Amino acid sequence: MTPNEISYSHILPEVVLSVFGMLIMLAEPMLGERASRKPLGYLAFFGTLAAGAATLYQAQYPGFAFWHMVHVDAFSTFFHLLVIGVAAVVILSSLDYVEEETVHAGEYYGLVLLGAVGMCLMSSAVELVLIFVALEISSIATYVLTGIRRKNAAGAESALKYFLLGSFATAFFLFGVAMMYGATGSTDIPNIALTLAKGSIPGLVYVGMALMFVGLGFKIASAPFHVWTPDVYEGAPAPIVGFMSTAPKAAVFAVMLRIILQTGAPGWLYLIWGSAALSMTLGNLGALLQTNVKRMLAYSSIAQAGYILVAFTAAPQEATSAVMFYMLCYAAMNVGAFAVITFYSGKDERRVHLEDFAGLGATNPLLALTLTIFLLSLIGIPLTGGFLAKFYVFQVALKANMVWLTIIGVLNSAVAAYYYLRLVVAMYMKPAPEGAVRVAAPLPMKIALLAAAALTLYLGIVPTGVLSYTTEAAAQLLTAPAVKVVTGQ
Amino acid sequence: MPENYYIRYLPLVLHLVAALLIALPVLVLTTLIGRRKKFAQKMQAYECGITPTGDTRGRFSVKFYLVGMLFILFDVEAVFLYPWAIILKELKMFGFWEMLVYIGVVLVGFFYIVKKGAIDWGETARVSVENV
Repeated sequence: MTPNEISYSHILPEVVLSVFGMLIMLAEPMLGERASRKPLGYLAFFGTLAAGAATLYQAQYPGFAFWHMVHVDAFSTFFHLLVIGVAAVVILSSLDYVEEETVHAGEYYGLVLLGAVGMCLMSSAVELVLIFVALEISSIATYVLTGIRRKNAAGAESALKYFLLGSFATAFFLFGVAMMYGATGSTDIPNIALTLAKGSIPGLVYVGMALMFVGLGFKIASAPFHVWTPDVYEGAPAPIVGFMSTAPKAAVFAVMLRIILQTGAPGWLYLIWGSAALSMTLGNLGALLQTNVKRMLAYSSIAQAGYILVAFTAAPQEATSAVMFYMLCYAAMNVGAFAVITFYSGKDERRVHLEDFAGLGATNPLLALTLTIFLLSLIGIPLTGGFLAKFYVFQVALKANMVWLTIIGVLNSAVAAYYYLRLVVAMYMKPAPEGAVRVAAPLPMKIALLAAAALTLYLGIVPTGVLSYTTEAAAQLLTAPAVKVVTGQ
Repeated sequence: MPENYYIRYLPLVLHLVAALLIALPVLVLTTLIGRRKKFAQKMQAYECGITPTGDTRGRFSVKFYLVGMLFILFDVEAVFLYPWAIILKELKMFGFWEMLVYIGVVLVGFFYIVKKGAIDWGETARVSVENV
């Protein structure tokens, strides 16, 4: 397998996801006007399973393809599986949500899969323009999904805000790519690395890195590019918030790791330091004031992005491994938490306020128990994935002498405990309001919840398997062969 | 980055300076010297010399925007066909099959919008659009 070749096995998961996305588009108009849309959901779920299998097949043939644009390695496989897993859980948890709300089910499931195409491609792309295309595929899908509840005013507002600000941020990224090309004469990450390793660093590289960081920082909702997050998360459908707060973020973190660590570009440390400290502080302080649970989790996701950014300040290999592990834990607990909200909030998402969750422990024990696991993990209580992830991040940051950043992080974790625990207290220690309903979660939702909860606990109790995989993937990422690509004539 | 990196953009800067030298004096001089007379006909909206009728801010049916959006689907397809047609001889059968796949993907979108009644302007469509 030479790098300068069209090799479909290197983009097999993306192809599988696209095919299933299109199958759903073909199938949806064939269903009767009043027919249940669940078969589409099952088709989409099957698509994610097939894409997962394709990823495992693809992992056996690592290396470059498409003229050094795509690189399959343990790193890309990890993020492929993460994105596809998130999509699968989100699809399972939306089966009944889509039935209740007035949304086009075909577009809903199709866009989740097609968005996942972009996110998967982001994690294996090693060429800046291809990364940009993948970023757009994922972004446009999420813009539409945000506003898919057409009759809902808050949904339309959040979609418009997200679209306008998101396009603006993408332009920053593209501008950064142009600067990088101007400075190094290439958009290939291995080539840029070679040019930068030769010595003198032109000033344009700093400008390019800063501009790219603005674009990517917006997508991961890190401060000071986070202002859109609470409004968008509040208006978007709950299962979609679970999707877009995890899968695209994971993909963008993969891109950041590739751009920052593989090119060895200088000057990003201060950006990351400042952004991490700001994100943790603003996110947690903002969350303290929220009574809407979706808004609270939006601020919490800003803070979580800050914790992940802390890891970037460590030594490259440890940083990569810590980011990957944290991202997996974060995906499990956040998707799980939003799955609970998806089910519990009911039609038109009526029950999303703190007081609505009062007495949930008595009326819906399963929901309350799983939500408690996710919240404890978000705080970082031992025996959950969140604890080990935070521990690992702060440990590698301390090793790199980032004492102040670690202190800010640990203080913030303590602040964060307050608002997460407030929700747990409401569920278990407050009486249920009058007329509280007791609805058993349907089976797909139960599977989704238990899978997310099991992964959260698994990562907290026996993390060694995953950790050794992330360490291996980090080593592969950093020793990726830098190949001088001959382009043009 | 080559030695003469920024020097290469000198013509661009010269162009900018020349443009400013021509445009700025013209703008400044006309505002300083020119006489201003306002009368009703002059302040009217300019519609190619024809007397304007009605309000500029009329309402359009959302269908116009929908058609405008859907037009892009086929427009982009056609745009991709031109370069493809030029290098088809080099690409040989591989290019042919790739383009068939591409057109197939576009047709899936076409099938979807037709089935959803997006380009049906008849009476039946109005009912189904209101349902969604």
